Amino acid sequence: MVSNSLAAQKHYSPNSIHTEKACISIGREDKRIIRLKDLSAIMAEEENQNELVADIAPFDPTKKKKKKKVVIQDPADDSVDSLAEKTENLSVSEGLEATFSGKKKKKKPGHSDLLSDEKESIGEDVDDQPGDDEEAGEIVLQQLPWEGTDRDYEYEELLGRVFNILRENNPELAGDRRRTVMRPPQVLREGTKKTVFVNFMDLCKTMHRQPEHVMTFLLAEMGTSGSLDGQQRLVIKGRFAPKNFEGILRRYVNEYVICNGCKSPDTILSKENRLFFLRCEKCGSGRSVAPIKAGFVARVGRRKAGT
Amino acid sequence: MSDLDLQVPAAFDPFAEANADNSGAGTKDYVHIRIQQRNGRKSLTTVQGLKKEFSYNKILKDLKKEFCCNGTVVQDPELGQVIQLQGDQRKNVSTFLVQAGIVKKEHIKIHGF
Repeated sequence: MVSNSLAAQKHYSPNSIHTEKACISIGREDKRIIRLKDLSAIMAEEENQNELVADIAPFDPTKKKKKKKVVIQDPADDSVDSLAEKTENLSVSEGLEATFSGKKKKKKPGHSDLLSDEKESIGEDVDDQPGDDEEAGEIVLQQLPWEGTDRDYEYEELLGRVFNILRENNPELAGDRRRTVMRPPQVLREGTKKTVFVNFMDLCKTMHRQPEHVMTFLLAEMGTSGSLDGQQRLVIKGRFAPKNFEGILRRYVNEYVICNGCKSPDTILSKENRLFFLRCEKCGSGRSVAPIKAGFVARVGRRKAGT
Repeated sequence: MSDLDLQVPAAFDPFAEANADNSGAGTKDYVHIRIQQRNGRKSLTTVQGLKKEFSYNKILKDLKKEFCCNGTVVQDPELGQVIQLQGDQRKNVSTFLVQAGIVKKEHIKIHGF
């Protein structure tokens, strides 16, 4: 319940921006517009309160949580209740409740691929919102819930409708960030001592990185040697499980692909006088990244007779 | 509403993080713990980047005793002294170093898979 209410709280902030849009594109009745604006105002207020609390106590997480529960839940409920009273529609509060509780459940089974946990943890706040909107959108998509009835529209429904329209006409504006899910690495064993990374090129392409760069990173992390073979597969000396590759690739993506500011993987790695710089295509931010260093590699295997 | 008073911070230092980073002296101070595969299912753990002030031999002795493995201190022409241990001791080494107060947790980098 706490997390739900918090999530709800979070989602209000972007929504309050969209309410204006909702009003513009949908507002049929003047009353509705005012009401929506009221709602957005309420939400903004709540958000402020929320921020205030966060500002005051940024260091004590447990306290904050508790606090949030107490402070925030009440206004949220209040606003919902007041809304319900206003619209004289009991289903409002219930509907809201249902969507919020359903959200978490729905979100979880969605991701079950490589890098998904990691990305989820990184881009929690990024990916929270689209999922939410999507859900709202789906509700409306099935049938317009107010069709055939005389009741007032709900905020969530209208928001969903806006996003549906937006998505239909120009999908890139809908903020629907399809997270690039990377395929799991396919790994074969060549003989007993070599490992072949089959879809290495594919993964490089999905990450938009030079294969050489990825290769040096992989080899440095694994502390072995390797090379690309004729079919552009990566042959690595030593025995490695697919899981190992996964972990290393995950680290690679974190360090050399993901933008720190907006968590988007849409970045370019460029070399400017011997230093590597990461530039984000989405938000335009840039940062320098550490060069790949192999570090100490102990000598394994047989020594030469001479030395 | 009475708990609101509890939220008032005594002294919040907004630069705490930046200062901490500065004291860490950037990326140079990382202790790298790596693994390297040997023949068969054997492996090797290397610890690189410990501060020069520490007596490597004493650390090594304790590490060896703690994990029941052998190891040496290798002199590398570029990287200085490096501790080598037998077997995959990455987790062990990092917890040991943190517990002994030799390195802070955020300054340890574990490489490998």
